[in-house]
Amino acid sequence: MRLSGAEIVDTFAEAFPMWGARIVVTAETPGWAHEAARSLTGFATSVIGCKCEAGIERELDPDETPDGRPGVSALLFAPDRDGLAKRLVERVGQCVLTCPTTACFNGLEGEETVNVGGQLRFFGDGYQASKVLDGRRYWRVPVMEGEFLVQERFVVAEGVAGGNIIMLGRDGASALRAAEAAAAAMRTVREVILPFPGGIARSGSKVGSRYSGLMASTNDALCPTLRAQVSNTEVPPGVGSVFEIVIDGLTLEAVSDAMARGLEAAARSGASHVTAGNYGGDLGPYHIALKDLVRGAGRA
Amino acid sequence: MLTLTLREQPTVPLEADGLTPDRLATCSRGEVEALAVWHGNRRSQVGDFFAVSGSAGEELRVEGDLRRVKFLGAGMTAGRLTVAGDAGMHTGAGMRGGELVVAGAVGDFAGVGMRGGRLVVEGSAGHHLGGHQPGERAGMRGGEILVHGDAGEQVGAGLRRGLIAVAGRVGDAAGLRMLAGTIVALGGFGARPGAAMRRGTIVAMSQVTLLPTFGFACFYRPPFLRVYLRHLRALGLPLTDEQIDGRYARWCGDGLELRRGEILMLESRP
Repeated sequence: MRLSGAEIVDTFAEAFPMWGARIVVTAETPGWAHEAARSLTGFATSVIGCKCEAGIERELDPDETPDGRPGVSALLFAPDRDGLAKRLVERVGQCVLTCPTTACFNGLEGEETVNVGGQLRFFGDGYQASKVLDGRRYWRVPVMEGEFLVQERFVVAEGVAGGNIIMLGRDGASALRAAEAAAAAMRTVREVILPFPGGIARSGSKVGSRYSGLMASTNDALCPTLRAQVSNTEVPPGVGSVFEIVIDGLTLEAVSDAMARGLEAAARSGASHVTAGNYGGDLGPYHIALKDLVRGAGRA
Repeated sequence: MLTLTLREQPTVPLEADGLTPDRLATCSRGEVEALAVWHGNRRSQVGDFFAVSGSAGEELRVEGDLRRVKFLGAGMTAGRLTVAGDAGMHTGAGMRGGELVVAGAVGDFAGVGMRGGRLVVEGSAGHHLGGHQPGERAGMRGGEILVHGDAGEQVGAGLRRGLIAVAGRVGDAAGLRMLAGTIVALGGFGARPGAAMRRGTIVAMSQVTLLPTFGFACFYRPPFLRVYLRHLRALGLPLTDEQIDGRYARWCGDGLELRRGEILMLESRP
C-alpha cells in the first residue's frame, strides 16, 4: 500500500497494557511549570532501563488548572500499579517538590488511586498540614521557599504502551525530517506521550541479546549498516536510515489516532517506507494494523 | 418534586427533623402527611401543619414562614432540599450529604455537627454556625457551609473538618477551640478569632485584631488558598482576583494551645 509516495508495510504495531497516571504541575510561570515537568519526565524513555515511561502531554491554560496558574500535564506509565506508585512518589518528590513555585495535582478521573502526597508529606517533618476540599485531600508541605501543595491521591488507570511507527528514509536527513513531522503531528493528540528524546528513538530494540543478562539489544534487522551482514534484514535497498516513534497513551483510541496522524505526516514528509514493530503478535493484546490506520483516514 | 407548604407559623417551635429529601424520596403523599413532628412537647403529624403537593423524588421544597421550624434538613444524606425563605434553628444540623439551600436567613446552630454535603444560606446565619452541639468537643466534621450574608458569634466553634465561608461579616470568637478545617470571611471578623484553636485555618480579607497569643510568620501566597478561593468563587461567592492572587500574612496560634493553627490575613494595599 502506498501513501503520498511512501510504502506502507502490511504489518502491525503490537501494544500492551501499562498502568498510567496524569500529573498536573502548576507554577507561577509557564517556564517553571515546564522546568518541573521536564525534570519529572526525564530519564523515562523505556521501562527496560528506566522503570517507567513518561512525557509531557500538553501545556495547560490557567483556567484548566486547579489553582488557576499556568500548568503542564504529564503522563507517566509503569508496568504495574505498585511500580507506578513508587515512580510517582520518587519523581514528584525529587522533581516537583524541589522546583520553585510549583504545585502538583492529579489529572485523571477514576476509581483506582495511589498515595503520592500522603507519602511526600513526611518531608514536612511534622509541620505538614492537610486540607480536604470537595472530597480531595491536599497536603501542604512547608519548604524554604514557602509551601508545596500536593494532592494526596493520584488516579491510576490501565493504559496502552508500545504503540509505534518506524520510518525509513533514503538517508539520515530525510528519515529524520519524516520522523520530526510525525512526532509533531502526534503531539496534537491528547492522552498520549512520546517518551523518547524529542519523541524519536534512533535505536529501536529487539527482545534479548546474544549476551546473557541483557533484556534488549539493537534491532539488527532494521540497522542499515548491517544490511549485508544479517540474514533477516528488513532494510530495503536504497534505505540509509531508520527512526522509530513509540507512543504510550491512556486509551487504545488515542494511541491509534496518534499513530494514524504520525503515519500520514511521515509519508507526506519524505519517508520512503513506514512500518511498525511487533513481536509476532504473542506479547501484546493490542494489534494496530497500519493498513487500518490508512483506511481509517480515508486513503485506502 | 415534593413541596411542603407551611399553612401558618406555629405558636411554638416545630421540630421537623425528618423532613429530608432522602427520607421522603420513597414516601407517598399520605405517608409524608403521617410523619411525626414535635410541636413544642406534643407529638403531631406533618399533615397538621403542612400542605403536601407534588410527587416525591430527589428534590424537596419547603415553603412558608419557617422561622419557627427547627431542624429542617437535619441529618440529610442525599438529594436537594430548598427552603423558600427563612429557616429556624438547627437547619442542616448533622447533614451527611446532599445540598440544602435556604433562600433566606437561618437561625442559630445551623449546620452544627455537619459531616458532609453542602448548606447554602442566601441570607444571614445566626450564632454557632457549623459549631458543636452543647457539651460536645468537636463541631462540624465535614462538608461545606456557604453564607451569602453575615454570620453570628462562634462560627465554626470546635470545627474538626470542612469549610465555612461567609460573604459578609462574622461575629466574635469565630473558630473558638477549632481543631482543624477552614473558615473564610470576606467581610471581616469580630473579636478574638481563633481563640484556643489547635489547628486549622481562618482566612480574613481585612485587618483583624488578633489575640497576643498569635505570632507573625511571613507574607506569602498560600498555594492551597488559590484552590479554595477559586472553588468558592465557582459556587457564587464574590471573590476578587486580588483576593485569589494576593499575598497573605500568616499568623500562627493559638500559642496557648498547639500553635498549629493559622490566621491568614490579606495584605492591605496602600
